[in-house]
Amino acid sequence: MQNADEYAESPQPRRITVERDGPMVVEGPVEVVTEDGTVAVSRRFAVAVCTCRRSAAYPWCDTSHRARPPRSRGRGEDRGR
Amino acid sequence: MTATARRAGPVLPTARGPLSHGVVHALRTARAPDPALWRRTADAEPYGDDLHLSLYVLYELHYRGFAGVGGDREWDPALLTLRRALEDRFLTALRLDVPGPRTPAEVFAELLTEPADPSGSVSHHLRRRGDLDHFRQYAALRSLYHLKEADPHAWVLPRLHGQAKAAMAAIEYDEFGAGRADQVHARLFADLMADLGLDTSYGRYLDLAPAQMLAVVDLMSLLGLHRDLRGALVGHFAWVEVTSSPASRHLAAGLRRVGAGRAAQHFYDEHVEADAVHEQVVRHQVVDGLLADEPALSADVAFGADATTFLEDRLSSHLLAAWRDGRSALRC
Repeated sequence: MQNADEYAESPQPRRITVERDGPMVVEGPVEVVTEDGTVAVSRRFAVAVCTCRRSAAYPWCDTSHRARPPRSRGRGEDRGR
Repeated sequence: MTATARRAGPVLPTARGPLSHGVVHALRTARAPDPALWRRTADAEPYGDDLHLSLYVLYELHYRGFAGVGGDREWDPALLTLRRALEDRFLTALRLDVPGPRTPAEVFAELLTEPADPSGSVSHHLRRRGDLDHFRQYAALRSLYHLKEADPHAWVLPRLHGQAKAAMAAIEYDEFGAGRADQVHARLFADLMADLGLDTSYGRYLDLAPAQMLAVVDLMSLLGLHRDLRGALVGHFAWVEVTSSPASRHLAAGLRRVGAGRAAQHFYDEHVEADAVHEQVVRHQVVDGLLADEPALSADVAFGADATTFLEDRLSSHLLAAWRDGRSALRC
């Protein structure tokens, strides 16, 4: 049986889920340091980190990565709230 | 509003036809509804004011109830019989009007593509051309849901297991402020309403909401209250999370443009970031988790999302038509 110290030395690895053409989802809380030294903190249970660099909320995902179809294929419905 | 009134609940709305008159009258007088009422449900307009106000009032007994209405009416068998007939009428119409059967992959591939032609989108319209009054109308109508944001979806938790339950509970925890009362999303929406000069009392704008808005909220309550519709509830919830982040981005930009206050902007800024996460979690863990457990629910998940598109499109058409003609989107 492991003692408490052994548990402390082998914490559960933090899971990062990656998706092609989407953000990296990291188990929170998360601290991201960007090139200019700015530190962004998110305390959510999971955090979506932008990988396309198009987010206006960078380093967090704001879904700006989503594909836009050619104009002729638009459906035009409202999408929510 | 006084603390006593707040505890007592909102006032019963004004009826919009024979069915809602029968429901409101039964609640106001503490009597059983007229047994002949349920026969009138067969030819009621399935997306109309009378049916949807009736359903809305009956569902509200499961949330906060109404001032002067006994709490035990929630499980009044005569009211439940009537509710079942109204639900059948609504659900049968939706099953006819919504494309199907489809797979969740088809449905979400469409939803994850930004529309090339945003002319039918209310959030695009508000971003570019909305004035403060449009935002106030929009918030007053959406308050029917946002003041109980994520409540209808909590009912699905006991019907999910394993991965789907764990992920759904995590998202709901975020919606309910992650343990902090001042961060509950319904509270953030009340702060937005206050910023826009609206009355934040629960139920205050029910009488002003057209059938198109009531139907959107009635769908959530219907799917949330029926275990048999758990697949559709999950599909509906995934729709909300997948579409919310980009729409919130437009609404936050629009609110900044018209000079709304910080709380108003904060509600949508929070949803841009939170729902970009929720979208990933709901698709990969809640939907995929549920379908790993219960693959037979695939078409129901797609139906829940498509039914939401259908009803939200009807609401969008109503709002945009009213504003194009220079009218209010609220009932007078």
